[in-house]
Amino acid sequence: MSVAHKSSRPSSAETILTYLRRNTIVALLLLLAVFIAGIETVRPGTVTPLWISNTLLFAAPLGIFAAGQTLVMLTGGIDLSVATVASGSAYLLATNASHGTPQAILLGLLLGLLVGLANGVGIALMRVQPLVMTLGTGLMTGGFMIVYSQQMLASQPRIPAFIQALGATKLFGAIPYDLFVWAPIAAFIIYALRRSGFGRLIYAVGDNRVACELAGVRVWRVLLSAYVLCGVLAALAGIILVGGTNASNLSLADSYLLPSVAAVIIGGTSIFGGRGGYSGSIIGALILTVLTSLLTLLDIGEPVKQILYGSIILAMAAAYARLTD
Amino acid sequence: MSRNDIESLPPESLAVAMRFLRRNPALVGMPALLIAAMIFTVIVHPAFGSFELQSLALAALPLALAACAQAVVVISGGIDLSVGPMMSVANVLAGSLMVHGSFVGALLWSVLILLVGALEGLANGLLVKISRIPDVVVSLTTGFILGGVALLIMERPGGGAPAAFLDLAAGTTFSEWVPNALIFLVVVVGAVWTPVVRSRLGLLIYATGSDRVAAFRSGVDTDFARLVAYVISGVFSALGGIALTMTTGIGAPLSGTIYTLSGLAAIVIGGVSLSGGKGGIVGPVIAAILLSLIPADLIFLNIDPNYGQVIQGTLIVIVVMAGGFAASWQARG
Amino acid sequence: MADTGVVLSVHDIAKGFGSVQALSAAQLDIRSGEVHALMGANGAGKSTLVKILTGVYSADGGTVILNGQPRVFHSPAEARGAGIVSVYQDPALVPDLTVAQNMRLARVALPDVRGWLDELGISQLDDRALVRELPYTTLRLIDFARALASNPVILLLDEITAALPADLAEQVFKIVRAWREVGKSVIFISHRMAEVSSLCDRATVLRDGKTVGVVEMAAKGSDERIVSLMLGAEIAKRTAAAVTRSLRSTANSEGPAALEVKNLHYGHALNGVSFMLRRGEVLGVSALEGQGQQELFDCIAGVRRYDKGSIAADGKDLKPRHPADAIRAGVVLIPANRLEALLPQRSIAENAALAGFGRLASWGPIAMADERSRVANAVRRLQIDTRAEAEVKRLSGGNQQKVVIARWLASGFKTLLCFDPTRGIDIGTKQQIYALVRELASAGNAVLLFSSEMPEIALACDRAIVLYAGRVVHEMLAADANEASLLRAAHGLPPSGGALQ
Repeated sequence: MSVAHKSSRPSSAETILTYLRRNTIVALLLLLAVFIAGIETVRPGTVTPLWISNTLLFAAPLGIFAAGQTLVMLTGGIDLSVATVASGSAYLLATNASHGTPQAILLGLLLGLLVGLANGVGIALMRVQPLVMTLGTGLMTGGFMIVYSQQMLASQPRIPAFIQALGATKLFGAIPYDLFVWAPIAAFIIYALRRSGFGRLIYAVGDNRVACELAGVRVWRVLLSAYVLCGVLAALAGIILVGGTNASNLSLADSYLLPSVAAVIIGGTSIFGGRGGYSGSIIGALILTVLTSLLTLLDIGEPVKQILYGSIILAMAAAYARLTD
Repeated sequence: MSRNDIESLPPESLAVAMRFLRRNPALVGMPALLIAAMIFTVIVHPAFGSFELQSLALAALPLALAACAQAVVVISGGIDLSVGPMMSVANVLAGSLMVHGSFVGALLWSVLILLVGALEGLANGLLVKISRIPDVVVSLTTGFILGGVALLIMERPGGGAPAAFLDLAAGTTFSEWVPNALIFLVVVVGAVWTPVVRSRLGLLIYATGSDRVAAFRSGVDTDFARLVAYVISGVFSALGGIALTMTTGIGAPLSGTIYTLSGLAAIVIGGVSLSGGKGGIVGPVIAAILLSLIPADLIFLNIDPNYGQVIQGTLIVIVVMAGGFAASWQARG
Repeated sequence: MADTGVVLSVHDIAKGFGSVQALSAAQLDIRSGEVHALMGANGAGKSTLVKILTGVYSADGGTVILNGQPRVFHSPAEARGAGIVSVYQDPALVPDLTVAQNMRLARVALPDVRGWLDELGISQLDDRALVRELPYTTLRLIDFARALASNPVILLLDEITAALPADLAEQVFKIVRAWREVGKSVIFISHRMAEVSSLCDRATVLRDGKTVGVVEMAAKGSDERIVSLMLGAEIAKRTAAAVTRSLRSTANSEGPAALEVKNLHYGHALNGVSFMLRRGEVLGVSALEGQGQQELFDCIAGVRRYDKGSIAADGKDLKPRHPADAIRAGVVLIPANRLEALLPQRSIAENAALAGFGRLASWGPIAMADERSRVANAVRRLQIDTRAEAEVKRLSGGNQQKVVIARWLASGFKTLLCFDPTRGIDIGTKQQIYALVRELASAGNAVLLFSSEMPEIALACDRAIVLYAGRVVHEMLAADANEASLLRAAHGLPPSGGALQ
């Protein structure tokens, strides 16, 4: 289409909007700053280096959830089984800790791998809609865990010291250990999405699956990999989470399902696929974590917190949708 | 009848019947499946009597209504992940408002609760239209918000409702083999859905779900159609919440959560296409009864009832996989 | 002609999307009792103007005056109510409803529609049939009949003859002419100049979002004037030269076989297709609607799996189970619907580089410098206009098609399968594609080209084969491939040397 630009000069509001549209990361960082300022306003003196490191500690599991969810949503799908997988992996870890920590960790990750594989087979090979497939596998996994937990009533689940350290403590009292898991994952995913063939294909498959097939790409491989990765990452997030909370129950990660999707949407990835990236999701995860602490500071009770949290997510998602019209 | 009439009648009606079968496999398959499941149940538990039938009907009632709520939105081309939380809200509203009242009072409160459901649906629909956020995200989030609302209304399970009100769904009135819950279900679903599906509105909803662009170009106000679908869903969800009160006798803030997924399972098994435009209400309702049979059968078979969730999840997965497989087989042509 | 009062008057319509101004000063005057063509290259603003007239978009500025009243339409329902009805290439029929229900949807009486369908040659229509179950051409006609039955003041036909067999297209024209006789107005959009010349009274030409001229079709040289208005005079001269140059190039008819197809069978569509495509030549495929051409191309490209027969690419047996197999053998496909082949939200570079990621080994780090140079070469060679947005979906149809071709230039190929590459593309880009196809052949590639426009066969190809009922029924040199002989062969008749009448 030949471009005939508007002849009138844009107003300053329009220029700011256009700039934000092109550099959504900046818009997101601004939003993050607003919420941090909010915290400082409500209770001055809260925002200290210690607070920052605590926030990063709490944000890491969500960030890892969001990593897998970003991959999957970029392909135009969604994974609603991440919460049950995370809880299940954590539970498997806790109930098998007596067999040795590394083995327990591997078992937990294996659950993520298997569920991710199931999702991938259904979605990539059988062309099932991701929403329904992952709902179904989530239900299945949750059910299996309940049955398994009945059989495990006798044994005492315990969380290995290593995991507790990973999920709750910091190096030199300053750098959270779980950051040492999150940061490499983040770097890897960002690099992969920008500079690797796999990353290109994730975007391409999400944008137009048929075009990829015609160009000689075997789309099922890309989709399968995305869901397997998402499953393993969800399992990892659950393992870190249980280290932080030190209490393994089957609804451990339930409250992370919506935030895992919200962080990615707010971060700029389209739910229809083909557009977005993980850097936005990282900031989205940070925003949501800061929002949670802000709401906790307001001392308003769990129900109201939930209502406000959801409403603010809606507002942010709507603002984002408008911005990237 | 003249000779011509007799000769022309059978092939014509046979063709119509064949076409009906081809287009609505669920309407034939589902009842058949249900009958098979019932027969299986009776074989496993010969003592299955009218009392068991009443319990089954009562247990299936909330799920059937959740399935109706989801079916309407999915047929219109969308999805509603807030069905469960809305049921919780309706449930706790009923439990807290009706606890010390009379039967008439409970009826009046019900009307109010239905209104709340309709407003919730309206809010969902308007948010989807105005915010341009995809309906998955909107309904997931409003569901989350509604969860908070339910907790706000009632922190812990409690409350109640007049016995006469509960009896609308419990027990039997006419015959011991016709549970009140079944009558309630048929009356309520018929009252809400029949006027819609027979009117132009129903046509608009199916058209919008089948191909939104074609419908738009044909002059359909697709935004309106989707909005109405959400409102109807809200009403059905509210009815489902009231049904929960009738089933449990109390209000509980987390009572409805599971029904979002189960409702989706019911509509998938009941023949509603997730891409919209295809399916009806009858299939999902029968599927809901079928799904409610599973926990009962597990108990009869002395299997751990917790396997119920596993089976439900596996059922969804198998049904959608089979559907997807069939579709891709057809496409390969 | 009936009275010549102005029915629709459009002044200074402007419409922008973000930073792209699709229309800045569009004018249009439609009289009663006329068939008025709306012409313009892809991206000139035709479809935007149509969407404003039919209520899909609202204009940023300007006025629309219908029957003396200024109107603004906020929805297709409003436009329909005011009497402006359009028929698009994709029938606006809902697949899961019956024909009868679709008529109720548009508030059109079924008997009226049946009347029009009778005139179009469809007398038996089961109104209880699901739209999904009916063949595509039938749906196009139902859509057309439905528009006629709503008795519009202005009927808008957008590429109505695209993918319609010639006899049905003639029926459509007959009705359009009859419509004109009773004083109705028709806005006709088509890329086929022949149709525009024979059917229309006047033509309004858009370029770069502005109306640049209104041409009386009856006047001499109206065709050339339209083309030069559409392209701007400079480009028109250049492309005319390009066409004559390309026609003069000689083909290598003794080269080795690039593709040898023997007795190919696929379902009911292909019943023993055999032909040979040589290296260095452009082989045209001509056929009427639905004679197996789509299936033939799909089977060679690996999109479908053939049942019987054999395909040999450069002597090696080819039985592709997936496009990747064909691509590995150097056989690549450019589909008719370029939107099928493109990634709409990704950049030109990413689209052009896509074919490099078919193999698992390519999943690792990308060699950026190498990719950049290959893509840049392809873009330069094809003269792709990269000024436009970074998202390929914002490019014009012609440029989009070039991006698809660029993909294969960038990754390399030996045999190019082009299925109707110039469908819906403006004349300037068409010429470029013909020239490119000839150039590729001369450079040692082989091209199999299917075109639904018969004149193109002679323009772009060395030889031509005609498909009929899933078989090759005739082979001829391009010099002999005039429209008459192709049409006869395509109908299963022996093509004679004389003219068709």
